[in-house]
Amino acid sequence: MTATLAAPPAHREAAPVARRGRRFRHAGAWLWLAPALILFTLFKFVPMARAISMSFQEVRPYLGDRWVGLDNYRAVVGDDAFRAAAGHTIVLAVGETVGSIVVGLALALLLEGTARHLWIVRTAVFLPTVTAMAVVAALWRIIYYPAPDGALNSVLGWIGLGPGQYLDSPHTSLWSVMAVGIWRGAPYDMMIFIAGLAGVDRTLYEAAAADGAGPLRRLWHVAFPAMRPVFAIVVTLAAIRGLRVFTEIFLLTNGGPNGSTEVVMTLVYKLGLERNELGIAAAGSMLLLAATILLTLLAQLLRRRS
Amino acid sequence: MKQLDTALGLGAVRGPIGRIIKFALYALAIFIFAGPLVALLVSAFGRVTDPTKLSLVPHDLTLDNFRAAVDQGVLRYLANSLIVVGGGLLLQIAVSVSAAYALARKQFPGVRLVLLLILSTMMLPEEILAIPLSLVLADVPIIHVNLVGTLAGMIVPVGAWAFAILVMTEFMRDVPIELEEAARLDGAGDVRIFWSVILPVCRPALGVLGIFGFTMIWDQYILPLLVAQDAKQFTLALALRSLRADEQVGTGVLIASALLALLPSVVVFLALQRQFMRGLTSGAIKG
Repeated sequence: MTATLAAPPAHREAAPVARRGRRFRHAGAWLWLAPALILFTLFKFVPMARAISMSFQEVRPYLGDRWVGLDNYRAVVGDDAFRAAAGHTIVLAVGETVGSIVVGLALALLLEGTARHLWIVRTAVFLPTVTAMAVVAALWRIIYYPAPDGALNSVLGWIGLGPGQYLDSPHTSLWSVMAVGIWRGAPYDMMIFIAGLAGVDRTLYEAAAADGAGPLRRLWHVAFPAMRPVFAIVVTLAAIRGLRVFTEIFLLTNGGPNGSTEVVMTLVYKLGLERNELGIAAAGSMLLLAATILLTLLAQLLRRRS
Repeated sequence: MKQLDTALGLGAVRGPIGRIIKFALYALAIFIFAGPLVALLVSAFGRVTDPTKLSLVPHDLTLDNFRAAVDQGVLRYLANSLIVVGGGLLLQIAVSVSAAYALARKQFPGVRLVLLLILSTMMLPEEILAIPLSLVLADVPIIHVNLVGTLAGMIVPVGAWAFAILVMTEFMRDVPIELEEAARLDGAGDVRIFWSVILPVCRPALGVLGIFGFTMIWDQYILPLLVAQDAKQFTLALALRSLRADEQVGTGVLIASALLALLPSVVVFLALQRQFMRGLTSGAIKG
């Protein structure tokens, strides 16, 4: 890999001062880059190439793979389970993105400022974001315990809300997973919004106030327009993260109950590693990757236009 | 009106009712976001009789949960986690500073292509590559090594991380070139310059890499899941699932193990918070 990359034509460079040893002039740079490029090649690009080639083949261990063209893609798209999983993935991605942004923005507006007590509250609120997903899942499975005296049911009981089944009912499972995602994602968005708010010109607030604008109009006409690029970034990041959701589902519900929380990646994992349908699993991953790339490009386009 | 330094101007809220509402909202935010984690801490030291209970108020303090967790082999899982995060972080930092030095300081044809390749890996997460990645781990191309069932399999693949390389590159670009030129006039080579000029100046950025790398590796789930063959290679994150699945193990053991998996990340975050915030905002705002 590095050998082929190390010898690109050098004609785009300006005339070099020293002509001697021109061929090896850039060897140093490639040596510094070699560890990263080798690791990326082995663990990102080779798997990527394998995934593409597998998606067009029927993968048969010991028998040799067989080219099947678009059959795997047809099988995936025609599969009701895959379409349901794609639907859940989109609902989850949109819900977590919007939920995290709304809650994160509310937290940012509440906790913005330089006072020390605000800094302490912000630190406490931010902790879910640095907590490993495995811990978050273990914790929320206990909190969601569906008995009437489970942790969340007890808390909701204080304000007179009836016990829920949460992860154990197909009607509420997807929303319960979404709530965990928002719980972990909102503080992250909060910090980015606070950084964005810090960049808003303070004199504009004063000017708006002098014109008689209340806090809400100040927010709408001064702060939000200034934060447009921040919104664009947060939405892009969240949407990409949302589509490839795996660990929280795997640990919270593993797709259940009754397939009500099955998402694309948990389905692909089951197809590939449990049922050994590697070609079909690869086709499913590639469709998800295509959606991610499309979304990223779209977001870049919108960002550039605004 | 001197308090207009925030969008809503909440700092200017005076009067008892306004302040009570404000502090009630702070308390609610802390209860919702930090409450569950505090409950985990408190319950880990409590006697858990009921599998459904978490408590925010300590009572019946005991270390029984941890003793039971140790009997379940949790120390081994903790050791595995620490080895993976330590090894992974060292490798990741070494790879990142080395690549960043070339990207920030060397001019060579193809630099834009390399940057594009590195950026593109951000769209190729382990989730999407899980199945071909498991094949690659079982038989690494060219060198034909089997990393499945080894901790190295969890360490080596996290070595190259686009985010870390890009943050470091940004930082090195801002190091004044005069420092390097002066050393070069003194006859220092690339390696000497890198080691004794560039790296010391980049110490703050190393903090950013450290905290982000730690959080990223500690949060790893899919990679250990693909690599671990039996409980001997489990990290704490993986073990939490099998502890749960075990009928014999009470909730107390799970809670104590979860706390062990939580504490290192919280401690590292609190210690390096300033660097974390800087990396978060610079990485996010610059895209």
